[in-house]
Amino acid sequence: MLILGIESSCDDTAAAILENDRTLHASVLSSQDGIHRPFGGVVPELASRKHLESVYPVVAEALQRARITLDDIDLIAVTQGPGLIGSLLVGFSFAKAISAVTAIPFRGVDHMAGHILSVFLEEERPTFPYIALIASGGTTSLYLAEGYTSFSHLGRTRDDAAGEAFDKVAKLLDLPYPGGPHVARQAAGWKGDLISFPRAWLNEESLDFSFSGLKTAVLNHCRQQSQAGSELAVGQVCASFQEAVVDVLVEKTMRAARRHGIGTVVLGGGVSANARLRQALATRAGEQGLKCFMPRPAFSTDNAAMIALAGYHGFIESGPSAIDSDVYSRSSLG
Amino acid sequence: MESETGCQLPGMDKGDGVSDMGGQISIYLKNLEETRLFGCELGKLALPGDVICLDGDLGAGKTTLTQAIAQGLQVPDSEYVTSPSFAVLHQYPGRIPLYHMDFYRLHDAAEILDLGLDEYFSLSGLTVIEWPIRAAGILPAHRLDLTLENPGDDSRIIRCTCPPEWEARLAVLFSQHPGLLPASTPEH
Repeated sequence: MLILGIESSCDDTAAAILENDRTLHASVLSSQDGIHRPFGGVVPELASRKHLESVYPVVAEALQRARITLDDIDLIAVTQGPGLIGSLLVGFSFAKAISAVTAIPFRGVDHMAGHILSVFLEEERPTFPYIALIASGGTTSLYLAEGYTSFSHLGRTRDDAAGEAFDKVAKLLDLPYPGGPHVARQAAGWKGDLISFPRAWLNEESLDFSFSGLKTAVLNHCRQQSQAGSELAVGQVCASFQEAVVDVLVEKTMRAARRHGIGTVVLGGGVSANARLRQALATRAGEQGLKCFMPRPAFSTDNAAMIALAGYHGFIESGPSAIDSDVYSRSSLG
Repeated sequence: MESETGCQLPGMDKGDGVSDMGGQISIYLKNLEETRLFGCELGKLALPGDVICLDGDLGAGKTTLTQAIAQGLQVPDSEYVTSPSFAVLHQYPGRIPLYHMDFYRLHDAAEILDLGLDEYFSLSGLTVIEWPIRAAGILPAHRLDLTLENPGDDSRIIRCTCPPEWEARLAVLFSQHPGLLPASTPEH
C-alpha cells in the first residue's frame, strides 16, 4: 500500500510517500526544499496563503521523488488537528478534494499521534508499550503508547513548552531565532560552574511540566548581572538553563516509566534534536535498565512521513474518514 | 453601554485629550496573589465580544494574568491555559469562550488577517491578545489595553487604557478592591 501523507498544521507545508508502515520513498518540506524560503531568513511566515501556495508543489515534488503518480496512491493521510484552523484547512481540504475526485480513501490524523509513532520510521523499532516524551516549540507532553492507535496522556506543560523556553531564553540573550540550536551551541562551549536555576518538579505525583518560572529566573539573573555591572557569561547561562530543562524532562520520563512499569522510552518532537537531551536520556535509561529509542531529527521535527505512518495505522484500525469530517484546533489525544 | 455618564474611576486621568479616547490608569499589584485577583476579576467582568490586549516584555506576566482571567471566566481547572506563542491561538471553554492569542511569531496585520484571526474579535467570547503591536490598525476600538511591567520582583505595574465600554466595570472592580490602585491615588 502506498500512502501520501500531507501536513499543514504548523509553519511548514509537508508531503511524504510511505509504503505500508515501513519504506519511506519521499519526504518534502516547503521550507527546506526550495518551495518557499522562510520570511527574511528569520521567522517563517505563518499565513494560510503560504500553505495554499505550497501544498500543490510540495505534493507534486513528493510524487516525483518517489517516481510515482497519484494513480499509484492507495491512501491519503492528512493532519486533522491540532493547529490553526486556517492552516489545517488547506491540507485537509486538499486531501478531501483529491479523495472526492479520485476515490482514493483519506484518513485524518492527529498531529500528536504522528510524533508518538515517528520512531517507527527508523530501522530500529520499539515494541509496545512505551513512554513517549514529545517536546517541541508548542508541546511538552508524556504519553503511554500501548498500540498504534492507543495512547494515554500522562502529563503536559502547564505554561511554556520546552522548545518555547529555549527560544525565549535565546531572545533574552540576543541569540538568533529559532533559539534552540544557538543555546545548545553556547552551552556546549561552557566548561565552568553552572548557575543553580530552579527545577519545577511540581508535586511528587505530577507528570506535568512548568518552564515559565525557569524563564523568569534566567531573566532575573541577566538583570542582576547587568545591574551589578558584571559581564554576562552567555555560555554559562545557556548551559545552566539547558541543564535545568533536560533534568526535568529526563526525570519525569523516568518517573512515568517507573510508575506504569514500562521498560521502553521514546523521544519525539523538535527538542529531541538537542544533543544534551539525547545523551542524558540515553544515559539515565541505560542506568535504569530501560530501552531508549530516538528518531533522527528529520523524523522528530514536523514532517509528513509520520502523518502517513499514523494514517496507515488509523486506516487499518478503523477505515477511512468520512467526507464530512472536519479539522479541529485542539488535540483529540488530550 | 452605560458609559456616557463617564463613570469616573478613582485615579483616572481624564485630562489632556484622552477624555474622548477613554481614561488611563496605573494599577499596582504588589504580589502574585494580587495579580491573580485582578485577572480573575477581569474574567468575571468580561462580556461576549470583549478584547483585552496584553503588552509587556518577556517575563512580564502576560500568560500568568491570562490564566487568572481564565479562572474568572470559569474555564475548568482541567484546562491548562498555556502559552500560545507557538500555536498563535488556543481556545478554551468557559462561561463564555476564551480565545487566547499571541502574535509574537507573526509579522504584521496582513498575516493576522490572512489567518482569519480577526474574525474571533466579533465572536461571542473574550479574546486576549499578547504582543498586540503586530495587529496595529485592525484591533477593535473597544479593546482594553494593559501594559505589564515587571520591576524585578513579584510585584507588577499595569498601565491600563480604558475604553468607555470598560469604565463602569473597572469602577466596580476598584471600588471593591481599592488596594489595587497606587497608594498615592486619592480614595473616593
